Amino acid sequence: MLSQLRYRIGRAFLYLCMIVLLFAIFAPLYWLFVSSISTRSELLNVPPHWFPHAPTLQNYLDILAPTDEASRASTNFRFALGNSVFVSSVVTVISLFFGSLAAYAFARLTFPFRKAGLYLYLSVRMLPAISLVIPLYIILRDASLLNSTTALILVYLSFTLPFVIYIMVTFFESIPRELEDAARVDGCSRVGLLWRIILPISAPGLVASGVFAFLLSWDEFFYALLFTSTPVAKTVPIALAEFTGRNATDYPAQSAAAMLALIPPVLLVLLFQRFIVSGLTSGAVKG
Amino acid sequence: MSANQGLSQNIKGESPRKRVSGLEASERRLAFFLIVPALILTVGLIFVPLVTTIVYSFYDANLARLNRANFVGLEHYVDFLGNNAFWASIGRTSYFTFVSVGIELILGIAIALLIEQKRKLFGWRFLRVAILIPWAVPTIVTGAMWRWIYAADYGALNGLLFQFGLIERYIPWLADSTRAMNLVIIADVWHSVPFVVLLISAALATLPSDLYEASSIDGASAWQQFTRITVPLLRPAILVVLVIRSVEAFRVFDLIYIMTRGGPVNGTMVISYLTYQKTFSDLKVGEGSALSFLVSAFTLVLAWVYVRLLYSKND
Repeated sequence: MLSQLRYRIGRAFLYLCMIVLLFAIFAPLYWLFVSSISTRSELLNVPPHWFPHAPTLQNYLDILAPTDEASRASTNFRFALGNSVFVSSVVTVISLFFGSLAAYAFARLTFPFRKAGLYLYLSVRMLPAISLVIPLYIILRDASLLNSTTALILVYLSFTLPFVIYIMVTFFESIPRELEDAARVDGCSRVGLLWRIILPISAPGLVASGVFAFLLSWDEFFYALLFTSTPVAKTVPIALAEFTGRNATDYPAQSAAAMLALIPPVLLVLLFQRFIVSGLTSGAVKG
Repeated sequence: MSANQGLSQNIKGESPRKRVSGLEASERRLAFFLIVPALILTVGLIFVPLVTTIVYSFYDANLARLNRANFVGLEHYVDFLGNNAFWASIGRTSYFTFVSVGIELILGIAIALLIEQKRKLFGWRFLRVAILIPWAVPTIVTGAMWRWIYAADYGALNGLLFQFGLIERYIPWLADSTRAMNLVIIADVWHSVPFVVLLISAALATLPSDLYEASSIDGASAWQQFTRITVPLLRPAILVVLVIRSVEAFRVFDLIYIMTRGGPVNGTMVISYLTYQKTFSDLKVGEGSALSFLVSAFTLVLAWVYVRLLYSKND
């Protein structure tokens, strides 16, 4: 009787924890969403309207199909969305291609400085962007690449490549060598082996590292802040920060932009969560 | 005939040692071609800039007139190491790192245990997916969202506390310099706990269940199981989390930029924001480089510890 009571109390406590947790996850996002469909005047209520009385899509329309009345930050935001999609996709493709080639070499082939090279790539992940940004800025300025998506793509490769290599090395190492030996015996060349046997098997790893490369590029703020100055190259995080003016912030407009900025990465993570969990954990908790 | 000859020659003449090295040579060539593109990008985008940063740190370089820089040796380093603003900034950065990573670890382990516990709760599958969402939200969005929640005039935090009668009037949350830092930490915790949960729950899933069964037969309480079995077995995963998150937290920039810009009264002036200001507002490339080198030196030490602890045992 007593033990059953204790069991019930325990369960109630766990459910309470779960409710608190769900509140902590979703309440801030709900507030962001409510703000994005509120008018500016509705947000001025004290206490706030937790359910907007006059919901509107105007903040989204100002961004996606701006008229002359939309603010500059709203009008320019769709260019930022385009730039971010472009930069993140190109970075993902390039880093997946070159990264998995290098990772295969690190995982399977014997060559001098193999281990040292791998360690180097692992430590590179820990290098703060701030220690590279000044020379990169000067190099890009001298090459007249400042304020271009090309510059961002190049620079973003510096952190997505090590990440892809890092995840893919662990993936390749987990593929049994016998499989490759069998294919070699059947007369498959090294390169053919990579294309026809290894890559198809490593599809989960490629998906995981691809999603990561995309998320990292989508999220990147520091380089974009310094290397871009007009809507030609500004990415989503930069354009979002611009809703914060010198004196006041246009919160409803910024909230709508924020919603648009978080939809692609959240969808990616939800769609590929299985791959992400396995990719991240196989890479990080090895040992 | 000729094929036959080749075969017999192979058996007699060539030593196995030589054949292996022939294979090795072709492997090396292939490895070279596979690695070169990644290597060029890495050297060009990481090592050249890194070395250049170190070189700049010995000059009184200014972003507006880079060509006329004078060599000043270790002057910048000496200046910083004897400078109160520098140490205050390091202190704030360490506080941010220590507190946010500490909270993230504790919450992360607790949530992972909640999700992975044996008596499955209703809705645990949903929770497991939902917990990933804050991590997917971009850092700048996280910062903008929390800044709006804390907003002095119409923010949700004020609204909520006011409605429940916990405060009598709206509070300008981010206007106080010590409070501002803690509020940024909350935003960071919201964003980063999922990552900790992800790694810890993956590690939890690999723990052998027979250990728990055996210990409960021996009469161990749940708390004893946690401290004697779970925590020791989780040690490697906890270590990974600690190091990855510490390195990331130590270079926090995005949240500070969007939420407080180092203010109020330098209350959130962390080291990377200080470096950014020195370099791109004051244009003092030399000093900025010295600062950023100090930041990287610290994080590289952490990275080194990480790589050593994780990879030395395996290879």
